[in-house]
Amino acid sequence: MSSREKILNTIRSLTLEPKALPDIPNLRGSGDLVERFTQSIYGNKGEVLSKSEFEKWFLSSGFSKVISLSSQFSKLATLPLPEDPHALDTLEVAILDGQFGVAENGAIWLEDSHLGLRALPFATEHLVIILDPDSLEDTMHQGYEKIAGAHSGFGLFLAGPSKTADIEQSLVIGAQGAKSLRVVWV
Amino acid sequence: MTHPENAAEFLKDSQKAKWHDETLWFVRDKRDKVSKSIPEWEQLRELASGIKNNVLANLADYLEEFERNATKNGIIVHWAADSEEHNRLVLEILQQQDCRAVVKSKSILTEECHLNPYLEKHGIEVVDTDLGERIVQFLNQPPSHIVLPAIHLKKGEISELFHEKLKTEKGNEDPTYLTQAARVHLREKFFAAKVAITGVNFGIAETGEFVVCTNEGNADMGVHLAQVHIACMGIEKILPRRKDLGVFLRLLARSATGQPITNYNSHFRSPTPGKEIHIILVDNGRTAQLAREKFRNSLKCIRCGACMNTCPIYRRSGGFSYNSTVPGPIGSILSPGLDLKKHSSLPFASTLCGSCTDVCPVKINIHEQLYEWRQEVTKTQGEFAKGLAMKLANGIFKSPLAYKITGSLMRNAVKSLPNSLIYHPLNIWGKNRNLPDPPMESFQQWYRKNRA
Repeated sequence: MSSREKILNTIRSLTLEPKALPDIPNLRGSGDLVERFTQSIYGNKGEVLSKSEFEKWFLSSGFSKVISLSSQFSKLATLPLPEDPHALDTLEVAILDGQFGVAENGAIWLEDSHLGLRALPFATEHLVIILDPDSLEDTMHQGYEKIAGAHSGFGLFLAGPSKTADIEQSLVIGAQGAKSLRVVWV
Repeated sequence: MTHPENAAEFLKDSQKAKWHDETLWFVRDKRDKVSKSIPEWEQLRELASGIKNNVLANLADYLEEFERNATKNGIIVHWAADSEEHNRLVLEILQQQDCRAVVKSKSILTEECHLNPYLEKHGIEVVDTDLGERIVQFLNQPPSHIVLPAIHLKKGEISELFHEKLKTEKGNEDPTYLTQAARVHLREKFFAAKVAITGVNFGIAETGEFVVCTNEGNADMGVHLAQVHIACMGIEKILPRRKDLGVFLRLLARSATGQPITNYNSHFRSPTPGKEIHIILVDNGRTAQLAREKFRNSLKCIRCGACMNTCPIYRRSGGFSYNSTVPGPIGSILSPGLDLKKHSSLPFASTLCGSCTDVCPVKINIHEQLYEWRQEVTKTQGEFAKGLAMKLANGIFKSPLAYKITGSLMRNAVKSLPNSLIYHPLNIWGKNRNLPDPPMESFQQWYRKNRA
């Protein structure tokens, strides 16, 4: 007997009392979505910028290795998306469009179609996500409602930059992945 | 070594023990604050518990549904009855890829299966990529906490370690500097690895996808650069529907560290074209636990670690004192199911205060199960000194006269016992404990005076 059969047969041999699967009510928070989302992103150690604030920061930083998959900011790209994710090692900035954000925790949904390469938002040194404030959802419940029928091979709720507190609980931003996250309203 | 023996070792460095206690309490406090900001918190716990109860009642069906959908999506599904089979499956995949160095993100399951030493024995270098896990791996230690693997170490120790292993400046204890050094070291490993191993937080039956949560992004750095992703998943990690994730992702990070969500929550549904995803569904004692009615719902655990942070015993004895892959209250009800003899002291490593049960996001009745395990341990271990004392007590409590006389004797004895006897090395109860001041009178005497 294979392990698969062994495991399934063992489980089926047990008398397990039936338990109903609960319905999940449409739970919501309260307050202004943009305000709550912004607060959440800052709590997760990211930043939220207006378009002009972003452009000012970008121009003053003098980056030379930039990939942009955002149609509105395609002019800022200095590099095309490579075929091989290993070429992302020295990438300074990735600019991506986010599908929607969640106010309660700052999570932004990204799929294969936004990412180009799945490694992109992790391997880049700085990450910029372009987001429409009208796309915001209240809690994760509404977020999952929105992607219930989506079929992307990879999907990601991203809520901030790479961070760790593994050394004496001191928070450090920029562990293995992106060292910063900037959300830009358009 | 038993839990009390190991705990005594931990308490020798009293300053560090105090720091450990306070630091974990700080994490618990953050959890309290963030949970109170969600008015429907208790409703979410109720929902999560209900969903997990339903999963455990229909586990075989959900596992088959998960397998069917994952396979349809192009994921290769394997089944492992025990740790040996799990390790062998991982090794076979690595050998097929001719992979000599693998990167691995946090997975309590691979710790439980002792995957690292197995792979190393077969000539494969394993790099744990979570910063805390890399630190303890350098020290040849297991993690001491499931969420905060290096919580037992001070930055001075990590600085010394990194000086030796990563050539950082001697004496530089700045966490940012040390993390940056680890970043450079680990990124080199990520970009070189052909295969990446991850754990799994949730597997979704309805879609065949699985979800991995990290703050560092290390799981994703590994898998998206590698050719092959191996995900190791305990069979109890199933959720029925994608929308159930809404409930669980709201609870997990808030319960674990008091943050509203982990910064990276990756949903793997099918591999990048040209690449492979393997998932190994592991039993290793889980179906046996499912068969134990009293202990069944310990399988609802989502490994948030909240019960550890709140536990007065864990905070004051450290993760290593449990000598079990999952320490703390939840470990003390999971591990006896795997090896009752080895872990027989763990159900006693608790005050039964119930705080673990109160903070558990999936409402496992941890303290009640600890009590139940005590009964099992006593049944199998027979009589010992404590048993004799209990028998004596039984006689005393049965006879009102004997009770009265003994009470009066004890009140006087406790007052007049010399400290040298109470804190004698042979009396283990005297260690790290103080006797209370004995009352002047018995309750009966007090009642007669004040209420009669």
